[in-house]
This record gives sequence, C-alpha cells and structure tokens, in this order.
Amino acid sequence: MLLNPAIMALILVSFVVLLMLLVAAGFAIHLLRFWDMASGSERQLRLERRTYLISTLLAWAFAAELVSLLLYVYNAESMSGQFVGAMCATGVLNVNAWGWPTLFLKVAVFFSGATWLTLNALDNRGYDYPLIRFKYGLLLLLVPLVATETWLQLRYFLELQPDVITSCCGSLFSANDRGVAGEVAAVSPRWAMWSLYLSGALVLLAGLFYHRTRRGGLLFGLFAMVAFLIALVAIVSVISPYIYAHPEHHCPFCILKSGHGFAGYLLYIPLFAATAWALGVAVVSPWQRISSLSEAVSTSGTRLVRRSLMMFVIFYLSASGFVYNSTLVMQGVWW
Amino acid sequence: MEWIRRQRYLIDFILSSLLRRKGKNFGLLLVYTLVVFMLASVMLFTHALKREVGNVLQASPEIILQRTEAGRHALIPADYLEKIGRLRGVTGRKGRLWGYFYDATVKANYTLMVADERELADTEVIVGSAIARARGVGPGDYLTFRSHDGIAYSFMIRELLDSDTELFSADLVLMSERAFRVSQGVTGGGYTDIVLSVSNPRELSKIAEKLTQRLPDTRPILKQEILRTYDAIFSWRQGILFVLLAGAIMAFVIFAWDKASGLSAEEKREIGILKAIGWETGDVLQMKFWEGAILSVTAFFTGYLLAYLHVFYASASLFEPVLKGWAVLYPAFRLAPVVDGLQIATLFFFTVFPYVVATIIPIWQASVTDPDAVMR
Repeated sequence: MLLNPAIMALILVSFVVLLMLLVAAGFAIHLLRFWDMASGSERQLRLERRTYLISTLLAWAFAAELVSLLLYVYNAESMSGQFVGAMCATGVLNVNAWGWPTLFLKVAVFFSGATWLTLNALDNRGYDYPLIRFKYGLLLLLVPLVATETWLQLRYFLELQPDVITSCCGSLFSANDRGVAGEVAAVSPRWAMWSLYLSGALVLLAGLFYHRTRRGGLLFGLFAMVAFLIALVAIVSVISPYIYAHPEHHCPFCILKSGHGFAGYLLYIPLFAATAWALGVAVVSPWQRISSLSEAVSTSGTRLVRRSLMMFVIFYLSASGFVYNSTLVMQGVWW
Repeated sequence: MEWIRRQRYLIDFILSSLLRRKGKNFGLLLVYTLVVFMLASVMLFTHALKREVGNVLQASPEIILQRTEAGRHALIPADYLEKIGRLRGVTGRKGRLWGYFYDATVKANYTLMVADERELADTEVIVGSAIARARGVGPGDYLTFRSHDGIAYSFMIRELLDSDTELFSADLVLMSERAFRVSQGVTGGGYTDIVLSVSNPRELSKIAEKLTQRLPDTRPILKQEILRTYDAIFSWRQGILFVLLAGAIMAFVIFAWDKASGLSAEEKREIGILKAIGWETGDVLQMKFWEGAILSVTAFFTGYLLAYLHVFYASASLFEPVLKGWAVLYPAFRLAPVVDGLQIATLFFFTVFPYVVATIIPIWQASVTDPDAVMR
C-alpha cells in the first residue's frame, strides 16, 4: 500500500459512493414494499418526497464515479515512475491481478449509472411515476456492482508492491504476448478496421432509423454497445499505432499524454458519451406505449439519439483523421 | 436555450440571496477557501519538487558503482575501471572523487567534489551559492579549509555555481583532483565511486547484473531507482500531510453540514414562499445546487490561486520544513509551476466532494418543507 493522496481519494470516494448507494438501496426496498400511488397516506407522501433525495444522491454518486474513473487512470499514469518496468498506466494496472478488473468495473458502473439516471429522469416526467418499481428494482442490481468495484479497488491498492517488476505497454500489448491485452493487440489491423467501420455504419443506420420511425431503440443500444467494444479493440489494435506512428506501440493510455497532442480525449470522450446516450435511448424507447410517458419518451428519445449520433460521428471522424494524417505508412504490410 | 435562460435566472436569484446573507455565507466561504488552500499548497509544492528532482537527475549518470566493505561504502580502487572490462551498451565510464567536509565555523557540511572538466588550478575552488552566503564570500575571496592532518589550506574562489541548480549545488565545493587528495587524505589512487553511462535504458538491468557478477564486492545504483525512491518519498510525505489534514477536512464537513441544516427562520420562510408561488421541490433543489456550486467554484479557485501564489511566489513558507527537510546550508530556490489533471481531480475529491455529500441531506430536507408549515 502506498500512502498517496490520489489513492486515498479514490478509496474514500468509492466507500462514500457505496454508502450513498446502500442508503438508496435501503430506501428502494422500503419503496418496493409500500409504494401505492392511489393512497394518500402519510407514508406514501413521505416516500414520494424521499424519491427526490434518492435522485439527487445518485446523480452525485455517479458523477463522482465518473471523475474517479478519470482519476484512476491519471493516478496509474503518474505512478508509473514508482514501479520497475512500468512506463505508463498499463504497467501500473498490471502490477497485480486487480488493476484491470477495477478499471473495467469502473467503466461498467459509469454506463449503468448513466443509464439509470436517464431512466430516472424519464420516470420523473410522468405524473404517476409509472416506472418507479422497475427503476428501484434496477437500483438494487447496481449495489453489488459498486460493492465489487470498491472491494477490487481496495485490494488493488492494498496489494501494490512497488518492487514488483511489471510488464509495460511495450511488452503487454505486443502481438506475440499472451493474455487478454495481448490478444487485443494481436487482432489483425485489417479485421479491426473493417469491424470498426462496419459497426459504425450499423450503429449510425440504427440511430437514423430510430430517429425517423421511433422504433428499434433497443437495437440501437445493442449496436452501440458492440460498436463501443469494437472501437476499444480498434483503438488498441490500429488507431494507437497510427497516432504514435509506431507499428508496435499499442498502448491505449499513452494517447492521453501531451506528447501525442492529447489525441485520446478526442477519441474517448465522444465514444463514452455516444455509448452512454445510446444506452439511454435503449432504456427510454420501450415505454412509448405508457400513456403518461409517451410524450416524454418521444422528446427525450429524439434528443438522446441526436446527441449520441453526433458523438459517434465525431468519434469516427477523429479516428479516421488520426489514421489519415499519421506519418505511419503500412500499405503492403497491414493493408 | 430555454434551459440556459432558466439556469441564468436561478443563478441570478441565488447570487442576490447569497449577498443578502453576507455574514453566514462569507464565513463558510472563508473556511472552504482555507481548506482548499492548505491542501492545494501541499499538492502544488510536492509536485513541483518531484518535477525539480526529476529534471535535475535527468543529467545524472545511469549507473553509479560503489564498492562496499563489510556492508559499508568504501573507496573503489582505480584498477576496477579495467576490471569491469568491455560491457556491451556502456558508452562511458569514469571514476569520481567526492566527500563531505564539516566546516566548524558555520556548523555545516559541505560536499566536496573533483571536477576535472572545470580545469581548476590546485589552489582554486568553485563553490555553491549557499556556502558563499553562509561565509559571506564571493569570487576572488579566499576560503580556508582545515585538512585531515590539521594543516590549513586556502583556496581562491574562482566563481560561484549557477543559482538555478541550487537545489543540488547549494553546499557544493568543486576542486582539482590533487587538492582533494591532499587535503582529504585520499591517497593511493582510489575513487569514491565509478559512474557508467548507458544509452539504452532497457539494457540497464542486464548491465547491472553483469557488474555484480564481475565485481562481487560492489553495488550498482541505477538512476531509475533513485528517481523512483524520490517519487515514492514525496508522494508519501504528501500523503502524511493529507492524513494530518483529514481532521481539518472532517471539521469542515461538519461545519458545512451544520450550516446547511441550520436554516434560519427567514430562509425557511423564503423557501415556503417560493413553493407557495409555484416552485416545485425539484426547483428548490436546483436552486440549492447552484448555491453550492457557486460557493464551491469560488472557494476552489480562490483557494487554488492563493496556494499557487503561496507556493511559487512565497516559497511555500507554511509547509517548507515538513516537505523539504532542513539544513544549515539550505538552498534558496524558485520552483517551476506544475499543474495537472491528477492534482485537480484529487483536490476536488478532498474538498468539493465532502462538501457536496455533507449538504445533500440538509438541502433535501429544506426543499421538501411544506409552504404552510413554515409560513404559519
């Protein structure tokens, strides 16, 4: 364990967020048992008032989770000097078995939180809270996710041993390596590029289809999730080497550094935003038929799908731009 | 557009309401700013120190080879330079002579070092600026050292070392090899240590391994290890200070909670009236959110700015002794400002986040009050 302010902040935040979620979950159980929209009793009134508290609490909890995702990556980056063999965040995440799972869980918590908040905002616009049981049921599912993340992160930081020789991006993401990260880099660039554009075309078409007909929202969300995963693979396999102008350098974190013009932010921010909004479309669209929500579904569905499509377009344009403008020429090798 | 206009009106309303209760809000703002200021000072200072150390060590040799005798650092014989033999990847090697000298007149330790490249005459020295300050001497003056056998030797100060490297050269005295050997009694041709330059950092660990095999009584020290140690030490010191300041943060959280929950009768009536004229619970929450945001942003920026001035223009006078350590010949140095996302995000979690968490429940309690209950 290293006594470092960023680590202390991350541990503090994950525990406070977990506490906030536990409070919310306690309320959710109470609500699932006693909620009765038709009743005008004191208890029902109290429950209705308390929903405001829970919404605010969770909005802050998930906002904090988002910042903590950033802090986690920055911190890994900055600690690279303290571990033998670590040259960037990859090496630090690799120091023990918990680094990568924590990162993936943080990403998962971000998306689930964003989706839940979208659903919550939609439900609050219906006068009779038609989805209230559904959304508080979902909230209960989020608790174990956040609890696991807190636990894994704690183990990761407690078991950080500065004298371990870790393998860094040079070897971890090199093509002849084993393990998940190695497999990702070993995906043939040709395959990654084709899948990137194919999934991009599918997701854009599905989004436009939803925008025009108000149908296929779930499909759009599903495509967006697939496109998100393929995009991450493509960033490791093709886009990063083009940004570094080095065919063997696959690190997904070094592109966030100033040395590469902060290119990573132009990729990750649109990609994450687009996927979060697309998942929002997926959870909003099925409720068109509920009469108290149909108006809200069509307005917020349109808004979400527009934002999501715009962000996807920005992501694909910037990814293509980086490849097009790179000084790396791989004709005859990759293509 | 509609949304932005709405928020603008809310902010406008909040600002006038904050200004109406100057005393209470100013107190909170002051404490908040102070908390940000303390944490930000610690943070900016350690980051700048870390960067400074990193910059200075960039130019240092990749491997330092020391001989040990019964586990203690001993002089290394000159023939070890040959014994090392040809090592692939090593681009240069050189024996170094350095040591410490206790000067009883100013009660301070100097670092003596032989600098061949300066081509000093045997009676000349170059000294660091802290020594010049402590002894009140300058170029052209004479500095007298008592040698190992009690004889006094006088040296003329040829020049002073640049003050921009003062962090490391404050107590340094550069002299010629002969002057060093005679005055310190290091006869017989040994060196203090041997330095090796290696151009490819990936070969470092292999070269170090070969060195320990060929010369079993030596220990190689890698530049990376020194850097890593400094990095860990500064992070650790910063962590200790943060733990100590945790008490202050807790006090601040309680203070914020108290301020937010102890609404005055007037404020309660205000919320009651707002709700009576058609504001919803959500609107009141939003208003309170803006209130918190305005306070936080103001406190955060003011505190951060003050910390910046404190660290980079007032040399962090409040925290200096803990973070830098102390010595008689202390270097006076100006740090180069370093600001990054990591710092700001960490600081955010130590200040704004606790404030927000502390105020959520009181704010909600205020916003759900019934208009008739408070206006009655």
